[in-house]
Amino acid sequence: MTAAPTVGTGPTAAPAVRKRADLRTWSAFALLTAPMLLGLGLFKYLAIGWSFLLSLSDAHGSIALGHWVGLANYRQLLADPAFRRSLGQILLFTAVVVPVTFAASLGLALLVHRVRRGRAVVRTAFLVPTAVSYVAASLLWKMCLFNGLPAGIANTLGGWFKMAAVPWLQTTSPPLYWIVLITLRLWLQVGFYLVLFLAGLQQIPRELYEAAALDGAGGLRLLRRITLPMLRGTSVAVLMLQLIAAFQAFDEFYNLFDSGLSGTAAAPVQTPLVYLYSTAMGAQNYGLGSAGAFLLTGLIVGATLIQGRVTGFGKAAR
Amino acid sequence: MSRATAPSRLGRALRPGLRGVSVGLLTALFLAPFYLMLRNALMDSTALTSPHWVWWPAHLRWGNFAALFTDPTLHLGRSLANSLLIAGITAPVSTLLASAAGYAFARIPVPGRGLLLGLVVATLMIPGSVTFVPTFVVVGSLGGVNTLWGVIAPGLFNPFAVLLFRNFYLGLPTEIEEAGRLDGLGWLGLYRRLALPSSGPLLASLGALAFIDSWNAFLWPLVIGQDPSAWTAQIALSTFLTAQTVNLPGLFAGAVVTIAPLVAMFLIAQRYIVEGITSSGLKG
Repeated sequence: MTAAPTVGTGPTAAPAVRKRADLRTWSAFALLTAPMLLGLGLFKYLAIGWSFLLSLSDAHGSIALGHWVGLANYRQLLADPAFRRSLGQILLFTAVVVPVTFAASLGLALLVHRVRRGRAVVRTAFLVPTAVSYVAASLLWKMCLFNGLPAGIANTLGGWFKMAAVPWLQTTSPPLYWIVLITLRLWLQVGFYLVLFLAGLQQIPRELYEAAALDGAGGLRLLRRITLPMLRGTSVAVLMLQLIAAFQAFDEFYNLFDSGLSGTAAAPVQTPLVYLYSTAMGAQNYGLGSAGAFLLTGLIVGATLIQGRVTGFGKAAR
Repeated sequence: MSRATAPSRLGRALRPGLRGVSVGLLTALFLAPFYLMLRNALMDSTALTSPHWVWWPAHLRWGNFAALFTDPTLHLGRSLANSLLIAGITAPVSTLLASAAGYAFARIPVPGRGLLLGLVVATLMIPGSVTFVPTFVVVGSLGGVNTLWGVIAPGLFNPFAVLLFRNFYLGLPTEIEEAGRLDGLGWLGLYRRLALPSSGPLLASLGALAFIDSWNAFLWPLVIGQDPSAWTAQIALSTFLTAQTVNLPGLFAGAVVTIAPLVAMFLIAQRYIVEGITSSGLKG
């Protein structure tokens, strides 16, 4: 079709014109894709390749490739109790926070979906927190809602039920800091997944419910037989997103526990990203940091693939 | 039969009321943090820590906000300007780059384009924030540490947006392009005159999401911008938070200042943002 101008010209002219047209097509393609390809090539492919080499070498305080040490960095990391603990803690965090956020956003979507008046206002109220940064939310949770002061909101509410004031973030047994972490994530994330579920709910044909209602099915039966199966695709996508988001937790842990660079011992939990941040940026050990990045990537990709297999993501996509 | 349906009919009559109340309560619960943040920002520190509950301070201390900008250790003005610049560049540029690439992958038939698209999509497999070490290695070696371009550059290339734009342009009717071609437009003209304008809503929604993500980003700006001259608003706020200050109202005023522009933009662009979230879904 790009050779349209060649129509009617002699057969000897055709190849030359076609070649020019191809060149024009090529240059247009190159012009439009070059920035993206170069950017991804530089910041993904080159970066990851170089970092892989760094992970196999002894690179302290410099991002130049140092002395080749093979798998020593990986071995050192896996032998480090702090890193192993951080892996265990992120697994635990994910195992707790994903089901809770999933259930909360699905439940809220089912609730909001049926609201007739003021649905836009209600949806906005749940959605606005998603625009707030983890830093600002951590500040609010740490200094206002869950501060250890008797006048803090959580302690005031507890006081109504005759509970003593507690330092929420510092209490490790029972691990009350979990309540701070989970409620913070719920506030920030529920609105986002709520919108996804609402979109899924809107796509369920009404006739299905009408037909089921004629058969005498009600309430919970409709939910179990129609709503949840019809939301399967959305649910699998939400689960995958939440899984990845939980594994990448950093901002709230860094800001709630003052960990990061200094005083890591005081923090009750440290996620792998916090560990990597202090290794790569604090101790400037880029070899060890790179190795950790690859281990964490492997963990996330592995968990996502397992989740995909268990929930049948491939089937849902088809 | 009628005995079996009687309780459920009663339940059905009760449920809307119950639902209304619980939705109302939850809405209030979700909005409460905003109210608390604003209230705290306008109080003085003794009132804030006193056990006596104050719904709304009698004297609004607007001076708490002014004090933030005159605090020399905080660099808040500079940091806000940096954030505005970073998000203001990232949102349009990253969206346009993705749209251009998406158009080429959808419409311009060249051999090997499937392979190139595969290379773009493969980068989606690598979790975003895990790549901070590799990205630091590259940006650092290019001299981007403590510079604004070092904060901006890696965020300009969004493979997921490429995929969304490609899908959008694949669905564009061919008749329009043929008409454009008869008017003498080449590939670039077709893209700029016809395809790009037709993708307005997608541009707006992805642009708004990119602005939010860029404004709220924390780990990468923390890694690359250690110097106050390259701080973003989030870094300034975080430094303030971890500096063991006792200026609580100031802290909350700082939080209000960093979230107010975004909440305002969010409320304006909400329609597009919701559209963007539902159409993409896969934006963590």
